[in-house]
This record gives sequence, C-alpha cells and structure tokens, in this order.
Amino acid sequence: MIKHQMVVVGAGLAGLRAAIEAHDRGIDVAVISKVHPVRSHSVAAQGGINGALANNPDGKEDNPERHAFDTVKGSDYLADQDAVLIMTEDAPKVIIEMENWGVPFSRTPEGRIAQRPFGGAGFPRTAYASDKTGHALLHAMYEQTVKRKIKVYEEWIVLSLAIEDGQTHGLTAMNMLTGQVEGFVAESVVFATGGAGRIYKQSTNAMINTGFGMAIAYKAGIPLKDMEFVQFHPTSLFGTNILITEGARGEGGYLFNNKGERFMEKYAPSVMELAPRDIVSRSIFTEVMEGRGFENAYVHLDLTHLGEEKIKERLPGIRDIAIHFAGVDPVKEPLPIQPSQHYTMGGIDCNADGETVAKGFYAAGEAACVSVHGANRLGGNSLLDTIVFGKRAGVAVAKYLNGSNKPKASEEAVSKALKSMNDRIAELKNSTGNENPQEVRDRLKEVMNQKVGIYRNKEDLASALKEIEELKERYKHIHLNYKGEKYNLDLIRNLELEGKLLVAEVITKGALLREESRGSHSRRDFTERNDSEWLKHTMAHYAEEGAKIDYKEVTMGTWEPQARKY
Amino acid sequence: MSANQSNGSIKFKVFRFDPDKDQQPYYDTFELESRPGMTVLEGLFDILERQDGSLAFRYSCREAICGSCALYINGAYRLACQTQVSHIDSDEVVVNPLPALQPVKDLVVDMTPFFEAYHAVDPYLQPAEDLKHVEEGKEYYQNPKDRKKLDMPVDCILCGSCYSSCPTTWTHEDYLGPAALLKAYRFVADSRDDATADRLSTVSTESGIWRCHTAYNCVEACPKDLNPTFGIQQLKKQTVGKLLLGRK
Repeated sequence: MIKHQMVVVGAGLAGLRAAIEAHDRGIDVAVISKVHPVRSHSVAAQGGINGALANNPDGKEDNPERHAFDTVKGSDYLADQDAVLIMTEDAPKVIIEMENWGVPFSRTPEGRIAQRPFGGAGFPRTAYASDKTGHALLHAMYEQTVKRKIKVYEEWIVLSLAIEDGQTHGLTAMNMLTGQVEGFVAESVVFATGGAGRIYKQSTNAMINTGFGMAIAYKAGIPLKDMEFVQFHPTSLFGTNILITEGARGEGGYLFNNKGERFMEKYAPSVMELAPRDIVSRSIFTEVMEGRGFENAYVHLDLTHLGEEKIKERLPGIRDIAIHFAGVDPVKEPLPIQPSQHYTMGGIDCNADGETVAKGFYAAGEAACVSVHGANRLGGNSLLDTIVFGKRAGVAVAKYLNGSNKPKASEEAVSKALKSMNDRIAELKNSTGNENPQEVRDRLKEVMNQKVGIYRNKEDLASALKEIEELKERYKHIHLNYKGEKYNLDLIRNLELEGKLLVAEVITKGALLREESRGSHSRRDFTERNDSEWLKHTMAHYAEEGAKIDYKEVTMGTWEPQARKY
Repeated sequence: MSANQSNGSIKFKVFRFDPDKDQQPYYDTFELESRPGMTVLEGLFDILERQDGSLAFRYSCREAICGSCALYINGAYRLACQTQVSHIDSDEVVVNPLPALQPVKDLVVDMTPFFEAYHAVDPYLQPAEDLKHVEEGKEYYQNPKDRKKLDMPVDCILCGSCYSSCPTTWTHEDYLGPAALLKAYRFVADSRDDATADRLSTVSTESGIWRCHTAYNCVEACPKDLNPTFGIQQLKKQTVGKLLLGRK
C-alpha cells in the first residue's frame, strides 16, 4: 500500500494546479498520471485563456462581470451564475500568477500580456502565447511542480476508487511499466482526468482522452452532470480532425463555402465568424449538408489575406500543423476544415470548490462539471476553468485535511478495492469470450459520430442507446489479445473501453430525454429552447441495469434567460 | 508517393524487445492496409488493434505537441504522429525506439536520464525581487523584442530526440544533453529571469556546455526544427564573457 494524504489523478493543468496549491498549504500530495505530465492534453490547447485584464486598447471597458455575462449567454443560460462569477473574478489573478510563474505570453507593444478577440466575447479578452498557449501554460505549470519536488507517479493508470458510505479512502492504480496494481490509501482524491472525446470517431482530442476518470467516479457513485452537452469545434482539419484554433478567426480568418460566400452572414450577421462554437459548427454542418461544401465534407477557412508576417507571428503552430498533416500552407491557400468533437461540457458533478457528494472526493477541469460552461463553452474558458478550479480544489482539500473533523482513510477499504480490481483483471485475462473488443470500440465511435452528433433527433438517439446497450452486453464477452504484464496496452485500453461505454450511454440517454435545443444540444424534433421545462441540470447515477437520470436546479442570478442572438 | 503505397498495402518492420524475456531484440514485420495521409502512429495503432495486442509504444496528442512518440524511423529521428507513411522513401517502414536510452519494452524506452538532466538545470523562472514590484499584483513587463528571444527555446516538447541523437550523451552518461541545456538557455534568455549567474555555473561544467562538441546532431534530429546548439553556444558565450570580461 502506498500512502499519501492527497492523491491527484491527472497531470494536466487542473491536476497540477490542485497539487501545487495543496503542497503549498503543507499537504502531502502525490500526482498519478497515465502519461508524463507534459504529455497531458492541456498541452494541445492553442488559442488562449480568457480574463478581463483590459490590456487590449479595444478592451479597456472589459471587466469580470462582462466576461461572466458573455459566458452565461454563451452557455445558453445553463451555467450556474455564481460559479461563473467566481471564475471570471479569479481570471485576471490566475493569468497574472501564471505569467509570474514564467509563461511566455505574447506581449503588447507596452510589454503587457497581449489579448486577442475570441468567439462570443464582447471584448478582446483572450490572453495567448502565439497559438501554443496550452503548451506554454502546461510546461510552466510542470516547472512549478518540479521546483516544489512534487511526487508524480508517471505512467500509472488509476483503475478504481475506494469510496465507502460516502467517504473516500483511496484508489487502485496500475504501474503500466510493470503491470502491477497497487492500492493507494488517501484521505482525499482529486480527479482531474480530462474529457471523453475519444468515444467519438472524429475528435480533436488526444488519444488518451477516453473519459475513463469520469466513468470510474460514476461507477463509484458520483453522479455525472449535463453529459449530453458535447462541444463540436467548428474548425478541425479535414482528414485528421486536428484542432485549428479559434484564434485563426480571432485574428481575422474568414469561412467560405463552395460558392465563395462568407456564409456566416446568414447565421450570425453581427459577429460573423466569431459567433460561439455551437452556432458556427451548426452553420458549417448546414452548408455542407445543403451541398455548399467541398467534397461534401468541409468548408474553407481562409487566412491568406492576413499576410505571411501575421500568420507566422500569431499562428505559427497551426501553420505547421496544416503543412505537416494536410500539405496546405495557410499563407498561400485556404484550409479545409470541418466541425469535430472537441470538449465535454458535462462531467463529474461538483461545486465551485470541487466538492462532490463523497467526502474527500473532488473533481476539477474538463473531467468536472461545476458548471461554468452550461450548454456551450466559450473558447478560451477551458484553460481558465482548469487553473481557477484546480487551484480552488487544492484550497478546499487542504482545508478539509487540516480541519477539526480530521478524516481517516481505511486501509481495509482500499484492500477490498485492490482485491476486486485484481480479480477483474484476472477475469479479463482468462476470458475465452468470443467478442473482439476492437469491434466494440470501433462500432461505439461510429454510433456516437452518426447518431449523437451536432444535430440530433429522437429516432437516432433511441437507436444509438439501444446499440450502446448491445455493445455493453458484447463487452461482457470480450477476450484480450495479449495477457502479459508489462506495458499491456491491450489490457489497459480494454479496461478503459468499459468506461467509454458507460460515458456514451449517459450522454445518449441525457440527450434523448432532453426534448429541447440548448447550446450544443440541437434537436431537429425540438428546435427551441424550453426554459419552463428544461432549464435544469441532467444528473446521471450509475446502476447495474443502466443510468438513472434525474435533474437539479440551475443557480440563476443577475441574468434572466433571453433569446440568444449574435 | 513512394513504392510502398503502390499496391494499397504497406510493410511495417517493428523493433521488438522485452529485456526480461528476450535474449536479444528482433524485428516483426506486419503488412498493413495503407490509406492516404496515413501516419506511422496510425500504423502502430493498426498493428496493436488488429494484429498484435502485445506491441508497446507511447502516444498521446497525435499532433506533434506532446512529445510522446519520438522514434527512430527509417534512419531518422521523427515523431510517429507527424510522419506520413507516404513520405518515407522505402519499401517498408522501419520503426525503432530512440537509440541510446534503455529499452523497457518494444518502442518504449526509459526516459529517466533525460528528465534527470532536465531537473538538474532548475527549469523554472526565478524572477528578480525588484521585478516583482514593477506594479503590485500585475504581470512582469516584457517588451515584444525580449519576448521574441524566447520563440525558439520555449517551443521544445521534451520528446528526447536530441538527447538520443547526441554523440556526447552516448559516451558520457553525466552529460546534461541538448534539451536540458536549451531549457537553461530559455531562462537565461528570459528578460524576467534573474538567476543567470547560478544558471551559468550549473551548466559551465564538464558535464554541461563544455562537453558539447557542436556535432549538430540535435539540430538535425529535432522534429520541431529547434536549434539546441545555438542555445548551448549562447550559454558558452555568456559564460566566457562573465569569466574573462567581467560582463554581467
């Protein structure tokens, strides 16, 4: 048994920020990550991080309230307004803190942090480091953990939680290099395990974003919230679906259909290409479906008018990506782009301190749902979310562990979890079932792509749910292709496959039940937002026979729901 | 398009080794269906998912920013995710792990020495005390010209290609290597950092900058087209300037 007061799972921005905060408050904290920290998906964020710094001459009037309003309107009023205000108030502080920690932000001529326009934002509010902001932030954050000598269990994958009677005792995790499963005894656990993009066939996400952390929490009795809200990013590179930052449009890029029209004129005349992501994605999808795309699959993102110098200075990363992965140089030609799964707005149900229904169990970042993004996240708000709520979770855990009612973790509970995980792995290794797990994985991705995508309807969703149930049944009879111990990707990926199925089921069920259109959730059969019946959070609870769904009130505030026009 | 794609299939010759079980390394050859735009990483996934579940390799972002999948492919250091099969001018794709690092299993190597060197250069900003008070609670100022000096060194993804390619790391296991030295340079070059003297004394050792023979292998190996040797030369220049000329 390995013991720590606090274990953070996931070494992206949220996880590392939580660990740093707790460490600085005297907590014995360790981080567990299935990849080296700088390989975490935060590294791939491009465009920037939002905060009302008011550094841009066009953003002098900006402030946290305006940032909060844009976020709430962008969320289609599903975000909890108190939490949004916490995030936008903290935003300038955490951005400055990250700069003080070494992030090489791009600069204004006066030497301040530069800010660029982004979708759905009233002011140029997005601080950036060229178009590699996630890389710049994650490396600086990791450097701070190195400075503090925070222990990281690298290439260990967490497999289950030990939560009994609403109290956290620790978890089980496998050392991928040896295949050994160990118990970790910890009074407190923070899940910052990222999103679930890889349940879709087309996603901008890293290959590691399987949603497994969400599924582990869910199975341990923590509800998942608002999972039907899946963000499709408007501009992913046709072919590989690698992200092309919203910053490309923020810097002035245009979208064209095959008739050479800037079609956003029809959909969001006042803000054009800088409408929120759900709106731009639907617009592109509609153009392609109505025959105005190229090869019936994509439209053009044109940057050529920005000029070589600006592209090389502000967007060098996406230029490299376009050249290497699509053979297109944006200086000379428009990029072929299409919408693709990008972000999981829903997640582990928690409050603005990361607290969940289980004592000692916390969540932060994309894995969590506070909720600040509601039905549609604004670009530049996810990096912000990771750092603000990662830090807050660290504060909350330290308070919990230093409190008068000091919790005690039970070794026995962890032993039990360890035994059951070892049994599970032995069962999987010994299985002679005739189902090939790869077929289950492939089919799941196909179903999610085809039937739980940008536009949805009852028929598709019902059929998707039925198929997912069948796939869950087939999963029970899978066999492994490799039974060895060391770096057994076959075993790991097939343990994760169970999580993918559970998360997919929750998304689909929530989407089927929600008979309205709100933010990223667009029903062809219920095209309007319906506040009188559906202004509420979806809560999914794990049960052997399938997800149980109920609902929770949205915390409103200053802003009453209005029609969402741009 | 090279010969390897002409018939719709492609051969992958992959390094296999489990030091706990195998006397010595060997190669397995797999025949894969090729498709336009197919990358080496996608080929490895095809093998894992459809032919051999025992294959071990590292992966994450698949877009050349996380640094997981640096490999030695057909005689060159490349990121598997960024390398299109059709760009390899050979009948088969030959995939090896990063040379000069201890094998763990198949294409997975032990990166410990690489990261130990990274840790050894104190890779975090150490701002000046007075800098902190330019304006309380605000960012440190940095003019765009100073920021520009960071463009190259901050783009490092810590993939290990340079370290693996460096003839000096092959013969001197204490050598800090190109990536760690580039990281030291990244902070020396940062107008906000005030630890230049300490940083130079850390790297001005026999296992630091003076061990670099300017072989430029690192420059050739870097999949992000960075120039670690330039950084090392700058560190040498500053060290000499400080020692001989008393420059600050």
